Amino acid sequence: MNLKVKNNKAWFLVLPVLALVAFSAIIPLMTVVNYSVQDIFDNSSVFVGTEWYREILNDPRLQSSLIRQFVFSGAVLLVEIPLGILVALMMPKSGRMASLCLVILAMPLLIPWNVVGTIWQIFGRADIGLMGAFLNGIGIDYNYASNPIDAWLTVLLMDVWHWTSLVALLCYSGLRAIPDAYYQAAKIDQASAWAVFRYIQLPKLRSVLVIGILLRFMDSFMIYAEPFVLTGGGPGNSTTFLSQTLTKMAIGQFDLGPAAAFSLVYFLIVLLVSWLFFTTITHLDNKK
Amino acid sequence: MSLELQNISRSVNGECYIEDANITFEAGSFNVLLGRTLSGKTSLMRLIAGLDQPDTGRIMMNGIDVTGVPVQKRNIAMVYQQFINYPNLTVFENIASPLRIAGIDSQTILKRVNAVAEMLHIENFLQRLPLELSGGQQQRTAMARALIKEGGLILFDEPLVNLDYKLREELRVELRELFKVQNTIAIYASTEPSEALALGGVTTLMHEGKIIQAGHVNTVYSLPNSIESAELFSEPPINILEGRLEDTSASIGEHATFTFNTSNDLTSSGAYRFGIRPHHVSLEKNNSDDVALDLRVDVAEISGSETFLHMANGELVVVAQLMGVHQFHTDASVRVYLPIEKLYLFNSMGTMVQAPAYLSTEKNVRQLSEGIC
Amino acid sequence: MAEIRLEALAHSYLESPCKPEDYAIREMNHIWEQGGAYALLGPSGCGKSTLLNIISGLLTPSEGHVKFDQKTVNGLEPNQRNIAQVFQFPVVYDSMSVFDNLAFPLRNLKYPKDKIDQKVKEIADVLDLTALLNRRANHLTADEKQKVSMGRGLVRDDVSAILFDEPLTVIDPHLKWKLRRKLKQIHEKFNITMVYVTHDQLEASTFADKIALMYQGQIVQFGTPQELFETPEHTFVGYFIGSPGMNIIEVDLKGSNFIFDDIKLPLADYLDPAAIDILCKKEAPNLKIGIRPEFIKITNNVSQCDNQPCFECNVLDIENLGTYKIATLQLGQQKIKARIAEDAFVPTEKAMISFPKRWLKIYLDEYLFREKNL
Repeated sequence: MNLKVKNNKAWFLVLPVLALVAFSAIIPLMTVVNYSVQDIFDNSSVFVGTEWYREILNDPRLQSSLIRQFVFSGAVLLVEIPLGILVALMMPKSGRMASLCLVILAMPLLIPWNVVGTIWQIFGRADIGLMGAFLNGIGIDYNYASNPIDAWLTVLLMDVWHWTSLVALLCYSGLRAIPDAYYQAAKIDQASAWAVFRYIQLPKLRSVLVIGILLRFMDSFMIYAEPFVLTGGGPGNSTTFLSQTLTKMAIGQFDLGPAAAFSLVYFLIVLLVSWLFFTTITHLDNKK
Repeated sequence: MSLELQNISRSVNGECYIEDANITFEAGSFNVLLGRTLSGKTSLMRLIAGLDQPDTGRIMMNGIDVTGVPVQKRNIAMVYQQFINYPNLTVFENIASPLRIAGIDSQTILKRVNAVAEMLHIENFLQRLPLELSGGQQQRTAMARALIKEGGLILFDEPLVNLDYKLREELRVELRELFKVQNTIAIYASTEPSEALALGGVTTLMHEGKIIQAGHVNTVYSLPNSIESAELFSEPPINILEGRLEDTSASIGEHATFTFNTSNDLTSSGAYRFGIRPHHVSLEKNNSDDVALDLRVDVAEISGSETFLHMANGELVVVAQLMGVHQFHTDASVRVYLPIEKLYLFNSMGTMVQAPAYLSTEKNVRQLSEGIC
Repeated sequence: MAEIRLEALAHSYLESPCKPEDYAIREMNHIWEQGGAYALLGPSGCGKSTLLNIISGLLTPSEGHVKFDQKTVNGLEPNQRNIAQVFQFPVVYDSMSVFDNLAFPLRNLKYPKDKIDQKVKEIADVLDLTALLNRRANHLTADEKQKVSMGRGLVRDDVSAILFDEPLTVIDPHLKWKLRRKLKQIHEKFNITMVYVTHDQLEASTFADKIALMYQGQIVQFGTPQELFETPEHTFVGYFIGSPGMNIIEVDLKGSNFIFDDIKLPLADYLDPAAIDILCKKEAPNLKIGIRPEFIKITNNVSQCDNQPCFECNVLDIENLGTYKIATLQLGQQKIKARIAEDAFVPTEKAMISFPKRWLKIYLDEYLFREKNL
């Protein structure tokens, strides 16, 4: 009897959190679901079923920006994860230098996203930007405003500059948690630096890397402010990623129904990919 | 106060942690829970403390059901393996903290902290921070904080494991002395038979989540009810020899035959197991009817005052604890003697069916029943 | 295979040490012979871990030399010294199988595959790990993990010594027995130098042929377990070895007697005239007598004291420890522990005790007093 009472009490205690989540997430989400199946004019609306879904899934604009988005997120992960691990490995283990490194690493993370875009917009300008002018000066024809490849690389570089620190900080804390005895044992076993990394550091970094990869995937998949400020999605549509396409649709064209359908599809993709990622990694871990 | 566990069980994710535990801890008693790692000692303590809830059964304190009462309301103190103190409070404030929470006036606090600190020999460190102390002193501080509560119950979860051997020895003696005069129930978890013996009091043996035997330490040690109990409570482990018994003629494989008198109610012939503690195995023949075994030496461990001789012959494995230093080379032949009156008899299920004859002499029976030796 | 020699070795963690207390290791000369089984025993903070790290190369000594087979190795990294080390907490490569763990050092040394297979199987067999070879190392129990870390040292032919840093800390008592026995067998089989660091005298003495007992950064005695037990060179050895330790009593020298409280021990009963002469010439000597609980003779009758001085004392407590009992006795103001064998006479209230001449040790300034070293 006693136990039953206690359990009910526990549910009661969770109630405020449930209410908060309902107001902040579930109710807005349901509104979007509602919009996605209706055609909305000024004050009236008509039920249209799955029409918006069919429309957006066949929309070439969306398809191309989805592909662009996957390529971008993939590139971000491929660069930032190894680079972050490398930075973490090279950082001093303790002392004043370690704290200095940590402060420097944390700096990009403190800058607002649209400011990051502005910084790189100026930094990369072919006429007055430090990087742009320098590249042109040494004979490389670089202009992110007119050349799609240059624009792409600049957005990628900007993201790497902005977010690699996060991966590095996560890995650094993971590395610090490895007891010294492991390194000593490896030294005695004549392990090369690579073997130490492969068999001690990487396995012990596993859990922080899962978090790092998930965070970087979700974040980069939803990137908006930086490319918007830097290139405005151009030249052409070459740097128009999913969220920007969505914004154009919802705010630029007031296609609220398709935009709502789009956001739901978007949301599901992020959820699905993250879930796939997480289960494969944890599954691999259990199987071995 | 007294503490009683009635039919307590707990399992987590289908894995049984505690199975049907029934036991009573008397007021003012010192109790040792002896068992190997993962035998359920810590799980049982957590249930007693109220940190976990049992699936079935009741926990009674002074006859009142406290099963659902949360840990804060049970007036319990606990000392852990790790030295857990508030790092930013002085030793004095650490010890005083339970009294401060209880809102006791500072005069009384001063008096009681000094008294407890003196008992545990840390009165000279009261103004230091815990991390400035040695491991032994840190654990004494944690113990003082537990003792000062003057609660009905103190739980010790292997508190000496992380301390040096010599320090352990000293603290064991102190604890034993300390609890002679305390009116609290102390429950102390340990994996070491020697620790249980040194601490004394009531010993409860735990094995795979079950309480397999409980009683006064000397009784449990001398009269284990099963092979499991005997193995748990013997260091080095008790020797178990597979044998047979037909009436009074006994045999240990092909190795030895001898006459073994059993009590009347033990009738059936068949497979039995003989147990003998390592320190009863001898290199000399002391009685004419001693059982002789021919073995080969595996290894001889010499501790300075004693020799642990590990021997084998096929399936037969015997350890002897011999006084003095005896040098043996590996594979040397050796003949050892087992005094018949010191053999335990277990049936094929592992239950003890007959205690060694030497224990039933008048003097020993009296000592065992009184729990003194 | 190697002999490890420490020459005028000292180490301080401070930059410019001056007092003896500034040193974690005070100047020592010591030799661990090739193929020996040694223990480095002492309480925490005595410097034993520092010494171990100096030998393995994880720490460079501030003074003196470490030599392996006459060659100074002070500046060499651990991997250049060909030694293996087993740590307090098991270190295994979690992501690898047991086989891969054991093969790891050999692969690093680029051994051919068939040689690796053969070596790993051989070692797995010795350590009873054969059945576990394909298991992943992170699923093993603590004692199995410890065997794996030991195995990684044993697979290498070029390993000259194995260092153990309290390897049985996390192991249950009944498995400690097994693992210790395994260690001893391995030592006999492989003829490898082994140094075993511990604070547990039983572990040290059952494993090692010779024990170095450390106290305050110094090796106070180096000898067989029997020597340490029977003839402690220092009062600390007496206290630390044995359970309970030696009874050590401060005494004064008055006339022809050792005196403490109102108890008199006639010098002539314990010392030669020459030795008495030496002692009596000292001015206010710091004298202690020591006797092990095992060697105190307890009777209920003066006639059984073998013509030794016999003292009556009060019995304060009798502790039953299963295989034996410990009596706490009061003699003068001193509490004396005496060990009583299982079947022996157990006194109640009063007991007569005597100290056999052979086992009563005399300590001058904490060191054992002998005529010959004066």
